[in-house]
Amino acid sequence: MRYRSVLLKFLSALIVFGSWEIAGRIPVSFAFPTFIESMAAFWTLLVDGRMFVAYVETLKPLVVGVLISASLGIGIGLAIGLSRKFDWLVSPIFVVMQTAPLAALIPLLVMVYGIGLTSKVFVVCIMAMPVIVLNTSGAVRNTPASIIEMGQSFLGTRLDVILKIILPAASPIIFAGLRLGVSAGFIGAILSELKITPTGVGDIITYSRSIADYPSMYAAIFSIILLAVIFLNVLERIEEYLFKGSRQTYVSE
Amino acid sequence: MNDKTSDIENAVSVHNVYKNYGDVEALRDLSLDFPRGQLTSLLGPSGCGKTTLLKIIAGLLRANSGEITVNGQPVAGPGPDRAFVFQDFALLPWANVIRNVAFGLELRGVDRSEREAIAEKYIGDVGLKGFEKSYPHELSGGMRQRVGLARALSVDSQVLLMDEPFSAVDEQTRRKFQEDLLKLVKNESKTFIFVTHSIEEAVYVSDQVAILLPRPSRVSEIIRPEGFRHKDANSIRRDPEYLDIVDRIWASLRTYVE
Repeated sequence: MRYRSVLLKFLSALIVFGSWEIAGRIPVSFAFPTFIESMAAFWTLLVDGRMFVAYVETLKPLVVGVLISASLGIGIGLAIGLSRKFDWLVSPIFVVMQTAPLAALIPLLVMVYGIGLTSKVFVVCIMAMPVIVLNTSGAVRNTPASIIEMGQSFLGTRLDVILKIILPAASPIIFAGLRLGVSAGFIGAILSELKITPTGVGDIITYSRSIADYPSMYAAIFSIILLAVIFLNVLERIEEYLFKGSRQTYVSE
Repeated sequence: MNDKTSDIENAVSVHNVYKNYGDVEALRDLSLDFPRGQLTSLLGPSGCGKTTLLKIIAGLLRANSGEITVNGQPVAGPGPDRAFVFQDFALLPWANVIRNVAFGLELRGVDRSEREAIAEKYIGDVGLKGFEKSYPHELSGGMRQRVGLARALSVDSQVLLMDEPFSAVDEQTRRKFQEDLLKLVKNESKTFIFVTHSIEEAVYVSDQVAILLPRPSRVSEIIRPEGFRHKDANSIRRDPEYLDIVDRIWASLRTYVE
């Protein structure tokens, strides 16, 4: 069974990369390289070290932005989930953040915060924070009423109930929100490099395009997807490991 | 203190309690006494406010007016003198049996080694020895409720409040639970308040059955099934007095069941 799932994944990769290769050979556009050309460029970028240097630059706003989004987002989400008033006060901001056309807001951010790291961190936060906040508040609000009553009836203080009941009960969904936040943050980091100042991987993309080195451009895009997939898989494994017991939430029959 | 409180004949007293949910009157002028060391059932059709009354006694809900006293002290909120057994068990799914049973003590700030020793004793008492490290999702419904019961027993409260504790377990487990409950009432000097919608169950386990009628709820009748209380668990269900009381209660409730 496990063997077959590996086989199917391999087959799926073969179909995607195969059609890429064919589309590149036709070619559908002179700006669309084949899969093999792109992989060769990917290899060159890896070997001459440009890729690593670029990622150090790209990961900076991503890491800072995700850390800020996670700590602030979980805190705010918790407050929204616990207090109706806070919900009314703050929730609309995050709904707006989630639906706002970010690319249109970037020029505004640049005017206020310049073209440095701050603006990029902002873009990452705008992408990552809403989903973290909304997941956290939803999870907190969905804590089963009976286990909260249980905590109260066994003389738990408000803080006990939050720390020992609500947070653990909400943590699987909070973590899922973090995972979604990280993947949104990835998009934010790349977007900010393309729209604000070309640094890191965004620089490889912009520069390769400007000199018509399309294989390198697609190699850079490919590397972003690859890194995001690997990172999300790792987070998913951590999630499975942490919450393997509470995943099977029981239903009283 | 202890001598003085046990002088009071009723462990819990409810006087002239009113409770409204918005415009809906849930309880009107309800008064009821719960004698010490006995099991009192609150019996009635669904929506008659029996769980509301139990939660008011627990301090989880506030009455609009009226007086509730436990050992002569007015109730202002949850207290160490009362422990609650929940209909849906209310276990922490991420915690194993021993942590769940010890959770009441954990919230009271008892040390880990001490509270686990106490929990272990009650896990044995309810027949779950060997399951200390199991998680709730690995247990059957009946076993989960035993965990809930052990948690309530381990905080050693004088009053146990049970909200339809056996309604979510299967029929055979339920019968076993009822027999075990009779032993528990006999062996522990605790006062039990037991909410149920099963007439047979109420008559089988209770020293006193309070029949509540709905909308708004009030106590319509108090029945004390005493004749067969000394008999052993197996013969109660065939006792003529038991069967008579079950019939009588059904006759008075049937007009309220649609």
